[in-house]
Amino acid sequence: MKSAVIVFPGSNCDRDVQVALRDSAGSEPIMHWHGDANLPDVDLIVVPGGFSYGDYLRSGAMAAHSPVMREVVARANAGVPVLGICNGFQILTEAGLLPGVLMRNAGLKFLCRDVDLRVECTDTVFTRDYIEGQIIRIPIAHNEGNYFADDETLMRLEGERRIAFRYCDAEGNVTAAANPNGSAHNIAGILNEARNVLGMMPHPERLAEAALGGTDGRPMFDGLVEALADAA
Amino acid sequence: MNAITPEIVAEHGLSPEEYERVLRIMGGEPNLTELGIFSVMWSEHCSYKSSKVWLKKLPTSAPWVICGPGENAGVIDIGDGKACVFKMESHNHPSFIEPYQGAATGVGGILRDVFTMGARPVANMNALRFGAPDHPKTRHLVGGVVSGIGGYGNCMGIPTVGGEVNFDPSYNGNILVNAMTVGVADADRIFYSAAAGIGNAVVYVGSKTGRDGIHGATMASAEFDDASEDKRPTVQVGDPFTEKLLLEACLELMATDAIIAIQDMGAAGLTSSSVEMSDKGGVGIEFDLDRVPMRENGMTPYEIMLSESQERMLMVLKPGREDMARAIFEKWELDFAIIGRVTDTNRLVLKWHGETVCDIPVPPLVAEAPEYERPWVRPEPPASLSAEDALAGIDIAPLDALRTLMADPDLCSRRWVWEQYDHMVMGDTVQRPGGDAAVVRVHGTKRGLAITTDCTPRYCVADPIEGGRQAVAEAWRNLTAAGATPLAVTDNMNFGNPERPEIMGQFAGCIEGMAEACTALDFPVVSGNVSLYNETNGAGILPTPAIGGVGLIDDIGTDMASPGFAAEGETILAIGETAGHLGRSLFLRAIGGRDEGAPPSVDLAAERRNGDLVRTLIRSGSVSACHDVSDGGLLVAVAEMALAGGMGAEIDAPDGPAPLLARLFGEDQGRYVVTAADPVAVRA
Repeated sequence: MKSAVIVFPGSNCDRDVQVALRDSAGSEPIMHWHGDANLPDVDLIVVPGGFSYGDYLRSGAMAAHSPVMREVVARANAGVPVLGICNGFQILTEAGLLPGVLMRNAGLKFLCRDVDLRVECTDTVFTRDYIEGQIIRIPIAHNEGNYFADDETLMRLEGERRIAFRYCDAEGNVTAAANPNGSAHNIAGILNEARNVLGMMPHPERLAEAALGGTDGRPMFDGLVEALADAA
Repeated sequence: MNAITPEIVAEHGLSPEEYERVLRIMGGEPNLTELGIFSVMWSEHCSYKSSKVWLKKLPTSAPWVICGPGENAGVIDIGDGKACVFKMESHNHPSFIEPYQGAATGVGGILRDVFTMGARPVANMNALRFGAPDHPKTRHLVGGVVSGIGGYGNCMGIPTVGGEVNFDPSYNGNILVNAMTVGVADADRIFYSAAAGIGNAVVYVGSKTGRDGIHGATMASAEFDDASEDKRPTVQVGDPFTEKLLLEACLELMATDAIIAIQDMGAAGLTSSSVEMSDKGGVGIEFDLDRVPMRENGMTPYEIMLSESQERMLMVLKPGREDMARAIFEKWELDFAIIGRVTDTNRLVLKWHGETVCDIPVPPLVAEAPEYERPWVRPEPPASLSAEDALAGIDIAPLDALRTLMADPDLCSRRWVWEQYDHMVMGDTVQRPGGDAAVVRVHGTKRGLAITTDCTPRYCVADPIEGGRQAVAEAWRNLTAAGATPLAVTDNMNFGNPERPEIMGQFAGCIEGMAEACTALDFPVVSGNVSLYNETNGAGILPTPAIGGVGLIDDIGTDMASPGFAAEGETILAIGETAGHLGRSLFLRAIGGRDEGAPPSVDLAAERRNGDLVRTLIRSGSVSACHDVSDGGLLVAVAEMALAGGMGAEIDAPDGPAPLLARLFGEDQGRYVVTAADPVAVRA
């Protein structure tokens, strides 16, 4: 599997996801500078977490207009899997690849903690190594993770089973108390219509190794490697 | 030309005697720019004029110390060709005036100190002290400081892995914000600040210079009074995004051979950075101030030299490398300007619109900076308080006392604080906040850096020597409890007005105790910072020598311990002598409402013996959980282990002649609680 991690000014989880991809794939991802519109041919594009452009103006708003993003949108539309984590999710919504917006956390504070997520669908290259309904524990670390979309969009996301992960309690119940940031429908991650673009606020790359306290993020990267091993 | 009146001299914080010295060095009356430069260089904050004589008493060397105090940060060898670079620094005065920006720029400043030396920062810590929880300003200050620290560190992508938060009414008018950064560098690629090479370009990189923070160092060198709120404009505004770009650009340039010297612009901005570089290199520097990137029009040379705008660096480059360096900084969308040259004159010369507006001989500006042996008095040692006397009139069930203590503002959970810090970014945090020491893996290896900050100001005020000793010993103990070999410390000395003999007595005592403990525990001081004048209207803070300790774990898979109980059925053991010392304990304060007596004494030989034993037990795999005993004593330590492990415990109080409550809540030093599946092996 050939993958590329897009690096913006202010990206800061680029190295973390590089390590996770390397550990699962056994090969180095390409670290691609945002200013270079010539994105090499890859099987997977990752838009990492961080504070692109300092989150100034609005999280992800400026990065969405970087030279490379036109190419990322074109590749996504051509079917290349694109994974946006945290700030990457915000960038993908700003770039129009995913619907809705990420507003400021309902508690008005930056929040870094492990959360429980319920895996809502497994028919994607990102979630194929999980079991539907599985409860996984990985961290969030954000100030703007409060997913919002109009009712019609939310109904479509529900109806088309495009919600990949929801915040839940340790038993898998989707409750208001288990929702760390006020997201509509406890949404932690969503897919595009073609199911090849995933945006999620939690960080699977941060718990993909036992030494860090958990491995529930690892199946995402292992699954991508398996699914994309034989790709072009 | 401005005539320098005695009023102008006084406004610059210089005494008449100090001004006499300026006149002698300059051979006549300085102009306003020159006076401003003397003023900031000779401020307490930059010159350490009251503390220097005492700081020399601290041990600073060990075979593993690569660079001790005097550079931007301390450097120690951590093996495998790697070095650990770290320092702690205060941002107390600005954080009280404007908590968010004050704390944020404190983090920004200490991060720059570390990456200036060629290290990638890998962890932030902080030691915070606020006034009484019910004081009307405390809530606002806590909220602002915590979000400021998070706002800066989170955006930089450096994990904030721990620290301490305490409350005491003595901090009502002077909070303490001490920020620590730990970085990792190649041991043979450390960068220093001595300028060299006559004619070489002096380069300015980073943000543009504005009017913010002018005289911040002078403000930080004075007491507060009722008009201090008016000093808000002297607080700088941070831009962590620019600092992140500056970090990446500097590290990219440092991977080449272009840099001869580099220095960040912190307190006193362009002035202190250029003076330090030229003084250390034994050369002169000439600037063309017209070339300094400026944020606004109409700035004067005085303002340019004294601005404390953030996220700026000064470098001396090898000839011919300028274009390559410029390309790197332009890629990161940062300013890059050649603003001057290294000269052979030993003078700081500033040109502005073609005219010389400042010409100061650098060696006397530095070497003849005032240095005071301020009068001091040794505080009366407090009368010791027996456990029986401490417990007079107290009748409480142990578990009720435990409930009260666990809810004490100085002991309760700090989750609300550290959840606002990204403590996991960089993917190497193997011990998260909430334990004895945080542990960050050295990237790509099995090694871990254990980091802690400690100080017990209520001990220091009662007996500064014992308090200084205890602060160092507790840091050493916390690192040990994680399984680490303690290597070195950075200190942040926070005190009141040094012109008062009793305050200098506290300073002298704390230094004496720290020096003893550092020597006995092979735990040298490699960097530090002094913050004096933490007083408002004559009321000073508790003496607070915050200690930041760093230790090394060879293999985080086999040599590391954490405080949470690991398995049901294991035996809980206390290591170290429980005598039941209640003087100055949290129990006495929280249950008895008294802050009295002598603090517990630290037996440094026992400290070392117990610590070395604990480390051996951890590494041999004989113990499964480990926690040091500190505030609140034994029962609190056990309760913390139970909470961390999600399990209960049944314990017998250690035997002894002291009353039961004293044995459970006494704060005797040098103790640990460990758990073991096979207690016989531990006792052997």
